[in-house]
Parts: sequence; C-alpha cells; structure tokens
Amino acid sequence: MARFAMVIDTRQCVGCMDCVVACKTENGVPEGFNRDWIVQDVNGIYPTLHMEIRSERCNHCDNPPCVYCCPTGASHVHDLGGVVLVHHEKCIGCKACLAACPYDARFVHPEGYADKCTFCIHRVEKGLQPSCVAVCPTYCMYFGDLDDPLSEVSLLLTSRKYHLLLPETGTQPHIYYLT
Amino acid sequence: MNPITRRRFLKITGTSLGAAAAAKTLSVLPGTAHALEKAAAPSGVQVIPTFCDVCFWKCGALAYVRDGKLWKVEGNPEDPLSRGRLCPRGTGGIGAHYDPDRLTSPLLRRSSRGKEEWVEVTWDEALDYIAERMQAIKAKYGPESVALFTHGIGGNFLRHAVRAYGSPNIAAPSFAQCRGPRDVGFRLTFGEDVGSPERTDIANARCIVLIGSHLGENMHNTQVQEFSEAMAAGASLIVVDPRLSVAAGKAKWYLPIKPGTDMALLLAWMNVLLRENLYDREYVAAHGFGFEQFAAGIVDFTPEWAYPETGIPPEVIRETAREMARYRPATLVHPGRHVTWYGDDAQRSRAIALLNALLGSWGRKGGFYYPQSMDVPAYPYPPYPKSEKGKVDNPNNKYPFADETLTTGIREATISGKPYPVKGWLVYATNLIHALPNEAETICALQELDLLAVVDVIPSEIAGWADVVLPESIYLERYDDLNVEWFRQPFIALRQPVVNSPHNQKPNWWIARKLADKLGLGEYFPWKDIEEYLQYRLDKAGYSFDELKRKGIIRGEKQPIYFDEGVPAEFATPSGKIEFYSLQLAQAGFDPVPQYARPAEPPPGYFRLLYGRAPVHSFSRTQSNRLLMDMLPENDVWVNADVAARRGLKSGDYVRLKNQDGVLSNRIRVKATQRIRPDCVYMVHGFGHTAKGLRFARDKGASDAQLLTRYQTDPLMGGTGMNVNFVTFELEA
Ligand code: SF4
Ligand code: SF4
Ligand code: SF4
Repeated sequence: MARFAMVIDTRQCVGCMDCVVACKTENGVPEGFNRDWIVQDVNGIYPTLHMEIRSERCNHCDNPPCVYCCPTGASHVHDLGGVVLVHHEKCIGCKACLAACPYDARFVHPEGYADKCTFCIHRVEKGLQPSCVAVCPTYCMYFGDLDDPLSEVSLLLTSRKYHLLLPETGTQPHIYYLT
Repeated sequence: MNPITRRRFLKITGTSLGAAAAAKTLSVLPGTAHALEKAAAPSGVQVIPTFCDVCFWKCGALAYVRDGKLWKVEGNPEDPLSRGRLCPRGTGGIGAHYDPDRLTSPLLRRSSRGKEEWVEVTWDEALDYIAERMQAIKAKYGPESVALFTHGIGGNFLRHAVRAYGSPNIAAPSFAQCRGPRDVGFRLTFGEDVGSPERTDIANARCIVLIGSHLGENMHNTQVQEFSEAMAAGASLIVVDPRLSVAAGKAKWYLPIKPGTDMALLLAWMNVLLRENLYDREYVAAHGFGFEQFAAGIVDFTPEWAYPETGIPPEVIRETAREMARYRPATLVHPGRHVTWYGDDAQRSRAIALLNALLGSWGRKGGFYYPQSMDVPAYPYPPYPKSEKGKVDNPNNKYPFADETLTTGIREATISGKPYPVKGWLVYATNLIHALPNEAETICALQELDLLAVVDVIPSEIAGWADVVLPESIYLERYDDLNVEWFRQPFIALRQPVVNSPHNQKPNWWIARKLADKLGLGEYFPWKDIEEYLQYRLDKAGYSFDELKRKGIIRGEKQPIYFDEGVPAEFATPSGKIEFYSLQLAQAGFDPVPQYARPAEPPPGYFRLLYGRAPVHSFSRTQSNRLLMDMLPENDVWVNADVAARRGLKSGDYVRLKNQDGVLSNRIRVKATQRIRPDCVYMVHGFGHTAKGLRFARDKGASDAQLLTRYQTDPLMGGTGMNVNFVTFELEA
C-alpha cells in the first residue's frame, strides 16, 4: 500500500504563493477561492523575531473528521495513498465537513459541492507531482509515499526535525513541516 | 547536513494505479514532469513554448492550451532562467489574457485630457492621428521633440521606429527610477555593471549579504531559486533592512538598520576589513587602483562611529564583517535592483562594489560571474538620421555619469521647454503616473504636449491622460524580438503567440511597422512580418527558427565565467583596474571615495515611507489580473505594533496616509506588526489605482507613488531617490 504525504521545508519557503496560483490554474479553482494558502507565523518583539512561513492545505488525515461526518458518503478516503476526496455528484453541500475540519481546508464550490485539495491525484496517478510541488520556485515541497522507507519524504522525516498542525486534535495529519 | 537533494529521484509508489499508468513504481525526476505531461497530455491539449512578460526577467515558459483555450503556464525546463519553474506572477500570467478590463480597441480622446472619455476608432484612424501630429511636431520643432518612454523587450520595435523618425530621446524608468545608480556605481568601480538578469552568483555564494533587497518578496525568479539553493546548502545570510523581510526571517544576522544610513554601515564594514586585515590583499594588490587613498579615506569610519548613525552595535558590525571575510571570495554583497532611495544611491552602490572588491568576489565563484551570450546579428537597417540637437534629458551634462536617458530629465525639459521643447510623448508599457515620483510634475508636463499616445494592455493611469490609446496584445498572444540573453550559459529564447488576441488588440511589432509606414519610414521596416524578421536573424546566426519554435530555447556552449576559468581580469575603467579611488569622480567634483551624509529625520509624528514589492504583483501592471488579485487584492501599510497600539490602530483598520506636503492617499488597511521599526512604515508599490477603466483594481489600496511628492536627485547620474517622504495617519471614520 502507499501512504502519500507532503513534506514542506519552512526554511526554504518564501511565502510567494506560487503554489496557490498554480493550484488555481491546474484545478480551475474559481475566483475568490483557493485550496491552499500561506501562513506567516511571527513571534517575538522587534527586532528579535522568529518567523515561520507555511504553505497549508488539506492534511489528508488518517483519522479524517470530514469523512466521518459526511451524511452521504461523498467525503471519502481514496483507495490510493490515503488521499481524502469528495465525490462531487454525491455531495449535497450541507457543510458538515466544513465545520468538522480543524484546518478550515474546505469551501463550497459555486457549483454546490464541498471542495478542497485533492493532492492532485489526477496528476499523481499519471506519475506527475502535485501542481503546487512542481511549481515551487524554492523547491521547498516534497511529495511521496511514506510506506516506502526510501522515498524522499520518508528520508527527510528521518533526517530532519518537523512538526504537524494541530496533532492534538487526533486527526493524524499528513502534511509535515520541516523546521 | 541533509543528504537528500532535490536532484534525487522522487519515488512515488503506486500499488493500485489505474490503467493510466501501467508500471507499479513510477520514478519521476522532478523537472521531467513537463515532458511526461506532454506525453500524457490528453488530446485537445497543446503545449507551446514562449517566454514570460509579467516582469522583465523573461523566464522561459510552456503554455498549455486546452480545447482552444488558454489553460495554464509552467516553466520551460530547457530554460536557464526559469529552470522549469515560474514565479507566481508568471504562473498567474493567464489572468492577463482573461482580464475583463483590458483594452479592446484603439481609442481617441473626445473631451479634455485626463477625463477618460473616448471614442473607439479603427487602427488606421488612430495611427493616422499619431502620424499627423508627429509630422507636425517634426516640421515645427524637429524630430527630437518627440520622446519615447518604454520598458521591456516589447518596446524594441517602437524604439526602432522612433530612432528612424530621428529622435534620440528614448528613456525607461528602469534607469533613473530603479537600477541606474547601482549600474553607475559598479561601472565607476569595475568598469562594468551587474546587468539584468544580475550576474550575481547566488547559487554558489557561501555568505550572502542583502541590503534592503527583499529577495523572495521581489520574485526575480532565478535569483529566488538560487537563493533557496544557497540557503539549503547552508550559506550564511546577513540581512540589513528596517523591516523584517522574508529574507531577514531566514537570516543568521538580521541588522535592523535605521533607514537611510546604509552608507555608514558599509563604510564601517570596510573599515573593519582593513583594520583587521581581513580583506583579500592579493586580489586588491593585483587588481586595485588607488587603494592607499581609499584606505586613508575610510580610516575614521569605525564601528563606534557608525553605531549612533545606524543603530547597529559595534560588535555586530565587527562580527558580520568577519563573517563576510570568513567565506570570501564566495561572499556576495548583493547590489540590489531598485536602489533609488536617498539620492546618494550611486555612491552607496559604489560602496557596495568596493566592499565586494575587498572581499575579492568580482569575477569569482560565489560572487559575480562574467555573463556570456550568443552571437545573433541585428537586422540590417538603414542608418538612423543623426540628431543635430542631441538628447534633451541632461543639458550641459549636469549629471555627468548618466549613461542612459533620464525619464525625469525629459519630463523637466517638457515643462521648461529647455534646452528645447518636447511636444510629443509616446509611452509603451510603462505607467508613468505610478513609475515617476511627483505625479503633479508629470501632469504638468502633459499639459505642454501636442501629442500623448499610449500603447498598453490595460487602461492604466497614463493611458487615461492620452490623446490616443493603442491596445496591445498580451505576451501570450504575440511574437516579440528574440531574447539573446547574457547569462551564466548563453541562450536564445523565443516569444511566440499561444492564443489569439480576444478583441482588436495588435502586437507591438505590427503597431510600430504600421506607424513607420504612415510616417513615410517604410524603408526601416523592410520585412513583411515578424516571422520574416525572426527567420532572417536566426538564419544569419545559423540557428533554426523551426527548432526554436518547437523548443522555445536554444542554448549555446557553456563558456568560462570566472577569472579562475580563464576570463581575463580586465576592467573597463580609466585605470584598467578596480578603482578604489576614482579620479573620474574627483575630476567631476565628487567624492572619489564614498562618504556619508546623515539623512533628514522625519518631522515629529511622521514616519518615513518605505515601499517594496509583493511576490504576486509587478509594478502597477498586474492589479487587474484577477488571478493575481485573488492572491493580494489590496496593499496594506505596515506599522510597528507598539506605534499602532499607541495610536489606537489595529490590523485591518482603514487609514489614509498624509505626507509632508499634505497629499492624502486613498484608504489603506493597517498591518500592525513587530516586523518593522517604529520610525518608518512600509507598503507594497502598485496599488491605489484611479483610472476609470480599471474597474476592478480602482480604489483598492493606496498608491505609494502618489505620496512621493519629494525626491532627492542623485548628483552623479540623475536618479530620483524616493525614500525621502514622510507620512502620518488620518483615521477613517
Ligand atoms: S510556492 Fe513554494 S516558496 Fe512559494 S509559498 Fe508556496 S511553498 Fe512557499
Ligand atoms: S496538491 Fe494539488 S489540489 Fe492540493 S494544494 Fe497542491 S495543487 Fe492544490
Ligand atoms: S520572474 Fe516571474 S514574472 Fe518575471 S518573467 Fe519570470 S516568471 Fe515571469
């Protein structure tokens, strides 16, 4: 089996939003919406500051509250790589998943269904990287299979320090931030 | 250190892949994605190589057309500039094609100037109008009385038409309002400038020093990529900035300098390198001129002297100087790009050049390389008419080191009529209202004109003042001149049309050629269309137009780019050496060794206005691109959090900024942040549009340019230092 994950090196990321724009063109995300976004975390008092810049998106959790709460089964875990997806045609736009997601990763597409990051599964299944990963000018994002101990993402997680977002919620997220 | 590099294979294991991929394990080399995608492209998808024009970096791109419609743009992996990845603006470039506010038809003014009331006309009518007025100006005042303002490679053909017409007055704001002082400072020192793309060897630098240069927010693509690469390889980073920029957030040393005092810091750094004997003595002995006088000239500028000026403690100045020396010659003190700050900018840039010279980084790996280019002969045109009067922008050589034309000099001459009148302005792809400081002066100059014609893709503010507006096809809809780049590795890049223009827009080459025809200058455009022109140039150079159309890029052989690799250490200065002491400057009455002058303080209750770039916008040209506006729909004003608290301002509150001359900005949101000093405020340039036609961009955020009523002119080269304005807040009810 494969378990897909993203590893993002916050030391390299410059917060340029190329990943956000690329996602929008690749996936035709409508104006006013986006599947990924940038957070700049600043701590301290000028000039002694620490700043972490993160490209965030759906965490494709192992324990996905958005899937559990979906009344129609539209929100589901794909049979490849643990990717959390939404069947557009099954989705009734009830927004239960929007409320359940602790990462605020979902929105209602103007066509009426819940939408969010798909890990660009349409590309991954062709052997391509997700769009955001493929475009990043700082090469700070990595995508791959954690079940393969020799994959780039696995090796990065054994050799570098990282953190997850809201691990205390028990979602078991799969976007790893290298520090 | 992390043993994995991005060059390694990314392995994606797919155990339950669909029929689309037969293999169980796919190994994808990042960068080959495009090739794969091309192969895997569903029918109905076409991939056409071209190069980007959202800024002037000219990244090689692959444009995807799906079912006849522009879908997306990605980097061309063959291109040394983009290396297969565009910056966010390039990725968002398709927004320019779909922009509902773009110009669609030639327009003729039907009421007074600046009212923005138009009639749509045919191309013939519009160009006849321009040609008739140009002929009248020529008859009455001479051809020099028409000036062209232009920016970017797209201006090449209009430039040619204006030279053919007989005017030498062709200027770009990129000189006097941007990189000019840097290039002059470096030419005075090394005999050569850093060019664009900059010859900075960021990728191989082991210590990088950024002075007010916010790489990562300023997205010159290759530089950002190389910067990231250098950081990943463990380069040491020193950032000097009154604002904790993105780069500063990654720095080993962040120096929160008092604005306007960089020169003091530079002098103190050099002082330390000399006193502690840390400079590259061999390099200086071999290549330096006037070192003794230079050393004597900076002897008093100790870190203790610099401390009260800059606010940087002496020990930090010493430690950072030692850090630079530790990694020399692979220490790159980056020269920046937009450096028109305080009016002493050419001298400050010269100080940066000298600091690099002390570190021995010019011509060395990790410092400044020698760019190479391919030999592609120019198209053979008849010689241009000689101008009797010469250029209008710099009478009596007032700015002796202005080696490019001064936009602001042309503006001044237009207002004063001296040394001779200027009666026509042609403006190509540069929004002069936002690009030049002191908007009132620009508008005053416009009153003197018999002709103002603007070629642009959007109805910019300067277009709003025009008599005639010509709608240009965007870069994804047209051919342009070849980009024969000077870079690490020489190459030729082609811009070619990917999709048709949606309305009555035309490419600049067509406009220039047609105008020339109407001016009776047809002999200067002997080719029938641009494909013939491009074919001719490539044939002469021995390259295939078809291959270039297919690949977008033809690369030349790698050549030596460092002294070590055999580049001769020659300097095109009067002494033939690196000029630590400049006789040229002394003879012209300037400091032969840079000196420091204290900047003016803000009046009580006022803050110095600083401005910069966002990664998702280029100047004032991208605020009607909906895709990019989705990323950053308006700018905000950064205010130190403690100052904001004292003033009762919260993040998200709207204020207006009032400058020292009482000019009031459009409303702008406060960003209360610890990331900036208390004595200055900061905003991103390009917002606060006022043009009627920019329905979407209009009134979003505030314009820094509008608040730049003052500027300090660089006495060496006429650049306009613009960080000399002060603002205070007016609360919005
Ligand atoms: S494209 Fe890369 S560098 Fe830019 S914001 Fe996204 S992750 Fe960060
Ligand atoms: S993986 Fe694809 S869908 Fe998800 S954020 Fe990246 S580009 Fe968007
Ligand atoms: S740096 Fe960005 S906007 Fe400029 S040419 Fe390259 S991709 Fe285009």
